[in-house]
Amino acid sequence: MKEWPLWEVFIRSQHGLAHKHVGSLHAPDAAMAINNARDVYTRRNEGVSIWVVKASDIVASSPSDKEPLFEPANNKVYRHPTFFPMPDEVKHL
Amino acid sequence: MSMYAQLVETGVNRVQSREEMSAEERVFQERVDAGIKIEPKDWMPEGYRKTLIRQISQHAHSEIVGQLPEGNWITRAPTLQRKAILLAKVQDEAGHGLYLYSAAETLGVTRDQLYADLLSGKVKYSSIFNYPTLSWADIGAIGWLVDGAAIMNQIPLCRCSYGPYSRAMIRICKEEAFHMRQGYDIMIALCRDSTPEQKQMAQDALDRWWWPSLMMFGPPDAESVHSAQSGQWKIKLFSNDELRQRFIDQTVPQAEYLGLTIPDPDLRWNEERGHYDFGEIDWDEFWNVVKGNGPCNRERLDTRVQAWENGAWFREALVAHAEKQAQQGEKAA
Repeated sequence: MKEWPLWEVFIRSQHGLAHKHVGSLHAPDAAMAINNARDVYTRRNEGVSIWVVKASDIVASSPSDKEPLFEPANNKVYRHPTFFPMPDEVKHL
Repeated sequence: MSMYAQLVETGVNRVQSREEMSAEERVFQERVDAGIKIEPKDWMPEGYRKTLIRQISQHAHSEIVGQLPEGNWITRAPTLQRKAILLAKVQDEAGHGLYLYSAAETLGVTRDQLYADLLSGKVKYSSIFNYPTLSWADIGAIGWLVDGAAIMNQIPLCRCSYGPYSRAMIRICKEEAFHMRQGYDIMIALCRDSTPEQKQMAQDALDRWWWPSLMMFGPPDAESVHSAQSGQWKIKLFSNDELRQRFIDQTVPQAEYLGLTIPDPDLRWNEERGHYDFGEIDWDEFWNVVKGNGPCNRERLDTRVQAWENGAWFREALVAHAEKQAQQGEKAA
């Protein structure tokens, strides 16, 4: 018996936020994947839009590369506004 | 040995000390201790992987088989609204099974393999589902006691060390809250402002479901090496006895509100301990049911096997249809 492909499911909630990963399911094709995603992941009005993506199409960064991959961000604290003290008397900064 | 870890072997004879661990094992244990989630592609001890596969899949099987005792009363719910509500609860259980199968699959096992192990009887599901639902009041008792006990076990699991399992548990706990209320709502209707016959039906259901619900938490695990290892790996966060005691403490006042008597003559508040004392549990009955001799074991498994075999033509047709559509798509391109 041929195994159905695995799909990852992404839902955009009511409030106009970006699609968020909510889980996965197996389905024989895209139409069934959408229908099943609706049945499983939106029973409580969780969303207004569903994306399904074949898990095999997802490319992920490797956990063992985590340190070198994200290192450039670690010492650039000036990317955060709190790095810069501003005079209290000046507004709208 | 916890609620879904019945007969699960961690593959260890004793809990390792830090000195005995390999470098990889030590790094892994440090992450677990620091509360950093373990994700599917992270290195993990083989015992951790095997224990999780068994525990998560048995939890998933419990959800799917758990649909059967309640499914039995869908056609006989007393009102249309209660029928719709029961359908929604049973649907939720299918969804919970799915979240858990998905979590188990991240550990390197296929869905077909998980089903095969259930249908062959190789792997267990929670033994509470081997009891029959004899009246509508049983549906109330199940929501109140069985889901109540499950919630007691599931909330701590939201903090377990394995990311996919923890996230599945968070989702499940959100949905499970209505299950317990659905059951208690039925009990209220049967016990307060009701006929003596309804109240008696509710009492009878409590009499039959009380002790099996206490057994759901598993036997005392003071001597279990496997429990200790699962505790160190943060797959098991509280002892069986602790969870069972909490469940009893919270449920006794709920029974009092209904005016029902819990079938335990030794049940009494212990001021010194700050907990309810309770009677001896019949662990022989528990082991007997786990080993396959409960009232409904054979029927439950047969029903699942039938569903799998009778549904084969439909699953195969979906695959054939998908392949045909794909071919036609290629031709048109």
